[in-house]
Amino acid sequence: MISLTDIKKGLLVSLWFVFLTFPLMVIKINPIDKVILWRWSNMYWVAGGSFLCYLAMQIYKTRKLTRQEHIKQGLIKEKPKMQFKLLSDPKIYLPTLAVAGLFFLAFPLLFSTYQTNIMITALMYVVLGLGLNIVVGVAGLLDLGYVAFYAVGAYSYALLHLHFGLGFWEVLPIGGLLAASFGILLGFPVLRLRGDYLAIVTLGFGEIIRLILENWNEFSHGPSGISNIPRPGFFGIHLGLEQSITYLYYLMILMVIFTIFVVNRLQSSRIGRAWFALREDEIACQAMGIDKTKTKLTAFALGAFWAGMVGVIFAAKTTFVNPASFTFLESAIILCIVVLGGMGSIIGVIIAALILILLPEYLRAFSDYRMLVFGAVLVIMMVFRPQGIVANIRRTYTVQKND
Amino acid sequence: MEPLLNITGLTMNFGGIRALDNLDLRVREGQIVALIGPNGAGKTTFFNCLTGIYKPTSGDLLLTPPGKKTRRLNGLKPNKVTQQGLARTFQNIRLFPNMTVLENVMIGRHCRTRAKVLGALFRNAGTVQEEQEIVALSLMILENMGLADMVNEFAKNLPYGDQRRLEIGRALATDPLLLLLDEPAAGMNPQETSELEELITTIRDDGLSILLIEHDMKLVMNLSDYIFVLDYGKKIAEGTPEEIRNNPAVIKAYLGEDIEDA
Repeated sequence: MISLTDIKKGLLVSLWFVFLTFPLMVIKINPIDKVILWRWSNMYWVAGGSFLCYLAMQIYKTRKLTRQEHIKQGLIKEKPKMQFKLLSDPKIYLPTLAVAGLFFLAFPLLFSTYQTNIMITALMYVVLGLGLNIVVGVAGLLDLGYVAFYAVGAYSYALLHLHFGLGFWEVLPIGGLLAASFGILLGFPVLRLRGDYLAIVTLGFGEIIRLILENWNEFSHGPSGISNIPRPGFFGIHLGLEQSITYLYYLMILMVIFTIFVVNRLQSSRIGRAWFALREDEIACQAMGIDKTKTKLTAFALGAFWAGMVGVIFAAKTTFVNPASFTFLESAIILCIVVLGGMGSIIGVIIAALILILLPEYLRAFSDYRMLVFGAVLVIMMVFRPQGIVANIRRTYTVQKND
Repeated sequence: MEPLLNITGLTMNFGGIRALDNLDLRVREGQIVALIGPNGAGKTTFFNCLTGIYKPTSGDLLLTPPGKKTRRLNGLKPNKVTQQGLARTFQNIRLFPNMTVLENVMIGRHCRTRAKVLGALFRNAGTVQEEQEIVALSLMILENMGLADMVNEFAKNLPYGDQRRLEIGRALATDPLLLLLDEPAAGMNPQETSELEELITTIRDDGLSILLIEHDMKLVMNLSDYIFVLDYGKKIAEGTPEEIRNNPAVIKAYLGEDIEDA
């Protein structure tokens, strides 16, 4: 199974790793005693570890290849993929769904307020991911400035409360609609652009919104932000801090369910099909009679709508907004969620959002190596599943033969 | 009677290059009309002008649906042209690769249906019925194309000949008056070509008119009722297959001419 060349290559790889990590892992300078510590044992660990990793990867690859060969020759049947089984067999997915539902419903009762708070953030990213999924995953319009709509939502709550005393429930739809109109505003100038060019313009748009918020003191109170934003009210009853977090948690659960419902229906509709077609081939899409302008604008608007709503919830959760919450990094994370989850897949985006937001929190056990492990997980995911956690699954139709 | 499609004085300039020069062309109802010419003659440019991808520099594109008023097609966006009843296929196949075969055809129904965002959300009776009609009609088209066994297959996984047929099926789903085929037989083997010939004849017999760009002379001569020949953006000949076969200008364009005093 392992040939000599594999071992040779493995040695070369481990040599490379030793060379690359040498300054970091082996040399340690103690500036107080002015001595250099040579930690040679680390070098052996790196060499051995990378060598074994390489061999394991090689074995995995050859096994996969031989299996594919066998399938081609008809020796063994292709097993239905795990994810298809999970998603298509009701015997499997209904219990899974029920367990997941119960877990999420009972979450605040089982875990501390701190954990619940983290989960609220994760759920917010689920909705953000699903929103961006419409634009990037389904319609294929690479948007690097999605956080701008999130900011529009958050600031619309902050400002409308500050100036007009509007409450959470009134602003929630307003924030969504305002973000959607900003989506259309962005959509118009970028109608002709695709791919990289579109990405650059949307990136600029995101930065413009952030810089306006940062510098227009009279309007947005600049970098110092707006504080004392009230939490969502519960039929006029005053809630304590813990209660209001639990309340917000269930609110977020409802929001996620609502989003899944809407996004799912949109995707499997005539409009959703037009979005997919737009992603696949813009010229053919137009030649089939689809209005490119309308389709792109609805995608931008409906994608931005969710960011606006989550923005309002974000402002209500933290009770404080300032421009520092809406940097490019946020857009990048949301985009990561969509790509990692699988373009256009709802369940994939949900899983990816939970992984990407919860993982760094639970990796705190590794303290210093937290971000390193996080990065490694991302790289490994993309190497082994470039199509995302759940790859493109299309709706199938059963055909009745009328003989 | 007015021809279905009447093109007069069509000219297309790209900067200083004149790709199409004062072209006149007609397609009558129920005809198969072929447009031929050597490589670079401007055939695909002509299609792109006609379907709204390019905006012609000058000239008139007039469509007269049977029993209706004449409409001008110049300056319309591609989707509007399709709505008016012109559907096309592409020289290099342009399917939606990561969508299923059925979905590809369903996309063709887009311009004939009207469900909006609210309809998609609430799934009211009208939307559901419309969706069912789209599926039923698309399945019927696929059946006619002989693709009924692979409705749930990804379009990219289809064999080449089937992809070509799927593209024609997708165009038919838009309910066209005139079908524009850009080199449908390119890359096909003789067996597939003769199947295609049959298919095109069937489509014509169902009452559609067809405008065809093709290099396969056997196919063109067998199928066409009328042929236009382009060279360097100019029309150098038109007529029935018999006339074109013996036209000295056409032979010269394709084969070159004898050098007189060698």
